[in-house]
Amino acid sequence: MSAPWIAVGQILVLVAALAAVHLPLGGYLAHVFMSPRHLRIERAGYRALRVDPDADQRWSMYLLSLLGFSLASVLLLFGLERLQDRLPLSLGAPAMDPAGAWNTAVSFTTNTNWQWYSGEVSAGHLLQMAGLTVQNFASAAVGITVVVALIRGFARSGGGGRVGNFWSDLVRAVVRVLLPLAVVAALALIATGVIQNFAAHTEVTTLAGGGQHLLGGPVASQEAIKELGTNGGGFFNANSAHPFENPTPVSNLLEIFLLLAIPFSLPRTFGIMVGDRRQGWAILAAMGTLWLVAVGLLTWAELSGPGAVPQAAGAAMEGKETRFGLAASALFAASTTATSTGAVNATHDSLTAPGGGVALFNMMLGEVSPGGTGSGLYGMLVLAIVAVFLAGLMVGRTPEYLGKKIGRPEITVVALYVLTVPAIILVGTAVAIATPDGRAGILNAGPHGLSEVLYAFTSAGNNNGSAFAGLAVATPFYNTALGLAMLLGRFVPIALVLALAGRFAGQTTTPAGAGTLPTHGPLFVGLLVVVALVLVGLTYIPVLSLGAIAEALA
Amino acid sequence: MTTTPSPTPSTIAHQAVSSGRTSRSGGATAVAFTRQTWAGARVLIALTLLLGVAYPLAVTAVGQVAFPWQANGSLVTADGGRARSLADDDVVGSALIGQRFDGPEWFHPRPSEAGEGYDPLASGGSNLGPLSPDLLATVEQRRARVAAENDVAPAAVPADALTASASGLDPEISPAYARLQAARVAVARNLPADDVDALVEGAIRGRDLGLLGEPRVNVLELNLALETMGR
Repeated sequence: MSAPWIAVGQILVLVAALAAVHLPLGGYLAHVFMSPRHLRIERAGYRALRVDPDADQRWSMYLLSLLGFSLASVLLLFGLERLQDRLPLSLGAPAMDPAGAWNTAVSFTTNTNWQWYSGEVSAGHLLQMAGLTVQNFASAAVGITVVVALIRGFARSGGGGRVGNFWSDLVRAVVRVLLPLAVVAALALIATGVIQNFAAHTEVTTLAGGGQHLLGGPVASQEAIKELGTNGGGFFNANSAHPFENPTPVSNLLEIFLLLAIPFSLPRTFGIMVGDRRQGWAILAAMGTLWLVAVGLLTWAELSGPGAVPQAAGAAMEGKETRFGLAASALFAASTTATSTGAVNATHDSLTAPGGGVALFNMMLGEVSPGGTGSGLYGMLVLAIVAVFLAGLMVGRTPEYLGKKIGRPEITVVALYVLTVPAIILVGTAVAIATPDGRAGILNAGPHGLSEVLYAFTSAGNNNGSAFAGLAVATPFYNTALGLAMLLGRFVPIALVLALAGRFAGQTTTPAGAGTLPTHGPLFVGLLVVVALVLVGLTYIPVLSLGAIAEALA
Repeated sequence: MTTTPSPTPSTIAHQAVSSGRTSRSGGATAVAFTRQTWAGARVLIALTLLLGVAYPLAVTAVGQVAFPWQANGSLVTADGGRARSLADDDVVGSALIGQRFDGPEWFHPRPSEAGEGYDPLASGGSNLGPLSPDLLATVEQRRARVAAENDVAPAAVPADALTASASGLDPEISPAYARLQAARVAVARNLPADDVDALVEGAIRGRDLGLLGEPRVNVLELNLALETMGR
């Protein structure tokens, strides 16, 4: 249905738009987090809330502030979900059960936005706005604060391990970056047809004389930050495939642009803050290469449509919308899994076997191409440290990155970071397929069934939130297990990154010498890409062989 | 709009930082964490008022003034006009949400997995994989049925007529599927075939900006035009 040149044309338009905002947005972000000045309204807020925005925190205190804020977030969201039947604007939606409420509270606080429920029947307008929309902003901002702290660790020399102020970083990320951009994006989305009202569900008589419930809701305001903050939790069950969330190919491209804009601009911010813009270009090149390859492969897979069903139907249109077709669905799928978004405009369970495999692989990379807001860049910087360390081992040079020595304590933290999420995913998947409760949820038999479970834990562990939705996850087993996977997959890596930031901030910067590996050239970019791919390969090839690879060969 | 930072009174966050200067015991960490959680709760409540109440209300206010038709769901009426409220009596649906059309006198939408078909309370797709035997059988059944209904060769039925969309609410079909149904609709409505063909051709929307998405035909709008023509 889609000519290949149409697919290429859409990708080029997207790349041009991302390139156009890279310098201004990256530069603006750097200004926001380097400026010593507070806005008047921020200062008034800090005073009223009795929070000190100027204390330069050690990494451990920065982490405690972050965890305290996140704990408060989980508790408030849990409360709103459990009590929603007693709150206004609930539209008759019942209170969530405890396991489900736990899962959703963790899901939105960790920027995962995994959804076991259908928004149209399980969440009223108030929960969507005051609960879920708020965490769409807050969790994205938390990701940004962590990477800003890590960058300060690189940039500071002998700073006593201080990495900035969490409250100031959080508030600035929300007030100066996410909120203004979300307002503009939400209005643009309304112009394309995304709804924004407070109507209740209303039954109308259709043209043919049947009945149909039409829905209302403040959708555009949530849709904008859902993409911009790489969250991905849909207002409706069908997520960005729903015509009220994503009505036209123009809104579709806008949503893909929004979910990539901040992650692809942060390398610029990094380059500016460490005082060497070439370092930012190198990171951007590695991210861009991995993203572009994934887009190419997934587009090729869906356009060629291998597999019994696509062959029988004439095209892989199962689970895809007419207005998007194959190419725009593939572009969305590759971008949503390469960031930590997890919004979908097509059902990933019905992607072709190689297409679904690419989506899975994207998440397994740890979402660094370009990854979530903040989390993508800190993930990639950790991989850069691994790459420097490996190169140091190969040639006998002292490993250092941006003038910071990578000694035994640092590489230990990095190794723990690299192992944490794969351990959560593989152990979680193994437990699920070893227990009757876990196996009961599988919809498709055989290798595709294993992929459904693996996809769920990969999505949860990496805080993506997209799903091979055939898996029946609205059970206490999956709600509890995936909730744990999301929680550990978010906060253990964050704690490790902040620990690393503290160590680097405490080190005196070593000037680059003859033995220093340059980390800004094509050679390093290539090394970084290979390290990312090899790490995923070594970790996941066995389980992928039993799932997506076996299916593709069938 | 900015003010220079000035030393603020010792606050909770600051006290907690100060306690972090010396080597902390587990008890001190617990105290610090409790203080940070209370600080987090205060910040969260402020953010909830800003992001959870003020922001959606402001966007709604501007959206309702600037794009009232779109913001309220792109509602259409029986005479092909636009409506702004679900409470209007003559609303027959949304231009963005597909609906069921079953008889031979209507253009049919794609198969839908949303409830009993096109139920907005149950949006979603089949979630069946590319090798699913069940889905394969369903596709073959649909091919036979669509070919028989429209009296065309089975090989002529396009993919969108054989597959369910992701939302189950897909308002559109491919131009190929619309053209395929034109002759059957013309016979059922006793209209000249050329007129219905012309209606279909006029209803085709090209790719957005000539490049984005796919060409398509909105089924509700096409059927509305058909009703208007028949009168």
